[in-house]
Amino acid sequence: MPYMKGEPMNDNKEMKSDAALEVSRRDFLGTIAGALSAVALVIVADDAVYIASGAEPGAPLPAGGYDPDKHSYVYVIDITKCIGCGSCVRACKAENNVPDLFFRTWIERYMVSRSGEVSVDSPKGGYDGFDPSITGDEITKAFFVPKMCNHCSHSPCVQLCPVGASYRSPDGVVLVDEKRCIGCGYCVQACPYGSRFLNPETKVASKCTWCYHRITKGMRPACVEMCPRGVRKFGDAKALHDEVSEIIATKQVHVLKPELLTEPNLHYLGLSMEVR
Amino acid sequence: MLQESLNFVFPNDFHIMWSLMIVIYPYVTGIVAGAFIVSSLYHVFGRDELKPVGRLSMVASLAFLLIATTPLLLHLGHPERALNIVITPHFTSAMAAFGMIYTCYLTLLTLEIWLVYRKDIIMVAARSRGIKRVIFSVLSLGVYDISEESLRIDHRAIIVLASLGIPAACILHGYVGFMFGSVKANAWWSTPLMPIIFLFSAVTSGIAMIIILYQSLMRLSGQKIIGECVQSLSRWLWLFTIMTVTLEMLEIISLAYKKGEEWLVIGPLLGTKLAFPFIAVQVVFGSLIPIVLLAIVVLMKPFLTNPLRNTIAFVASLILLIQVFAMRWNVVIGGQIFSKSMRGFRDPYVPELFGREGALAAIAIFITPFVLLAIFNKFLPMYETSDEPSGGESA
Repeated sequence: MPYMKGEPMNDNKEMKSDAALEVSRRDFLGTIAGALSAVALVIVADDAVYIASGAEPGAPLPAGGYDPDKHSYVYVIDITKCIGCGSCVRACKAENNVPDLFFRTWIERYMVSRSGEVSVDSPKGGYDGFDPSITGDEITKAFFVPKMCNHCSHSPCVQLCPVGASYRSPDGVVLVDEKRCIGCGYCVQACPYGSRFLNPETKVASKCTWCYHRITKGMRPACVEMCPRGVRKFGDAKALHDEVSEIIATKQVHVLKPELLTEPNLHYLGLSMEVR
Repeated sequence: MLQESLNFVFPNDFHIMWSLMIVIYPYVTGIVAGAFIVSSLYHVFGRDELKPVGRLSMVASLAFLLIATTPLLLHLGHPERALNIVITPHFTSAMAAFGMIYTCYLTLLTLEIWLVYRKDIIMVAARSRGIKRVIFSVLSLGVYDISEESLRIDHRAIIVLASLGIPAACILHGYVGFMFGSVKANAWWSTPLMPIIFLFSAVTSGIAMIIILYQSLMRLSGQKIIGECVQSLSRWLWLFTIMTVTLEMLEIISLAYKKGEEWLVIGPLLGTKLAFPFIAVQVVFGSLIPIVLLAIVVLMKPFLTNPLRNTIAFVASLILLIQVFAMRWNVVIGGQIFSKSMRGFRDPYVPELFGREGALAAIAIFITPFVLLAIFNKFLPMYETSDEPSGGESA
């Protein structure tokens, strides 16, 4: 061992004979096993306390007698009625204190020319409505598409969240537990609809909650409330004679990116093939 | 086919969220896995010509593993909650597996290194005084048995651990590829090839790093660079580079050939925003040149002198480290350049210089393993200076 300092050690047995220092393999392994068990116990105990508190990631916080099992929310947007006024975007921003530059809901304007060219814009998410657009082409088809979280039944964001901070409440609303979110942004990457963002102030994932603080009190989401044309409709599939469930059951509705099989609970009436 | 003007991004898609830190993370874990594969070629597969890098590759793997979590912590919005991934993992998430995979691999690697160095640790403890003696006595874990029988058991344990380490290293890095490959919302990431491409390029970067580290270490310590070792490493590197580049090209070719909806945005992406980092750096400079250089080393062996071969291998390795970095960049940043609207590109990403996720932080992270290796080498050398087999290491 040329790289050793000091006197060379020629005989291994000299080392072994040092009885004061010797610990048998069995004793050593026993000690390690004991230490690992203790660590495991601490982790399991921590989980046990967490589960006993009833705070499982899938369970919503109790909200004054509200029972999420008795609801199953659905949402329909009727594209044929939307005028792109931006009331819903402004209502959402005000109601949910959405940070600048980001949107929980926004409106896209589609303009399709006779030659098939598709032009899309969404200035400031449609917050101020839309200016008239003048293009050289003959526009044969133009429409507005309000967008928001699709509250998918099989949402990639919930599947991919490493800590269960993104979860689907029994009433069908996809929510973010801001106290558990680690701000990794994986859910933002996973959402096919661009509905999520990392809130620059709280550093956690944020998105449309269908105004959960309102709907659990029997009110409608702010965007639905403020829409002057009845474009946005919010319903409860578990309620009797629900208009929105009836539309979904009887009309030709579509969802965004159906090929991804995320099963959105946001449905569109009059959706055109140009919309992604 | 619909005509597109590529000028619309979803309003929330205006910036690139996963930064340089998320580029560094797969780059570092790739080196971890690749370096370990090199050590396994010696310890498990009996490639005796790789004995000079047997210890180095193992310790290098650990040095890079120790800093692998740093870029993630610097990126998290709430790093103080990072342990939630370990304590309350959400098992349907690929990312949640990180804690378990990392811990298993770290334990396995540390144990293997400890067994390889056990005799050395004990002897340093015996010959030192003061704090050094205390530290090395603690490192020996109170077991001072270095009898023939004991070293034989160590040797058997090393082979078992090294064998277990191969799937562990593959899982560690395959999982990183899976994290990207499983995001079905992103057309540039979502391919079952992704974990495989990551794995092969990981081995490429690991071997390249070991060639550079080995030659540097030998020069710094005034030792002779063993030609057979560099020759063998170059051969493995050539093989893995060819496989990596083939897989990378296959992915692009199949996307271009299928001309699915995603090609509407990925085609223009490669032609414009990624023209330099992908076509120029990753493909032409990073792949073609090293493949030719390594072909010279492998195919023209009888005509090369030792210094010439070592220099060519060194240069090829350096370029390949840049290639693999470019690949990580093009996956992580490239995959975020286009909006999920599939109709436009986000603002370009230029890493800030200072700040938590800046270039300086990235450089500091990348330098740290080399510092750790230098410190380690000071106390427990990573190279052999005599022909006498040491510890339980002889294969």
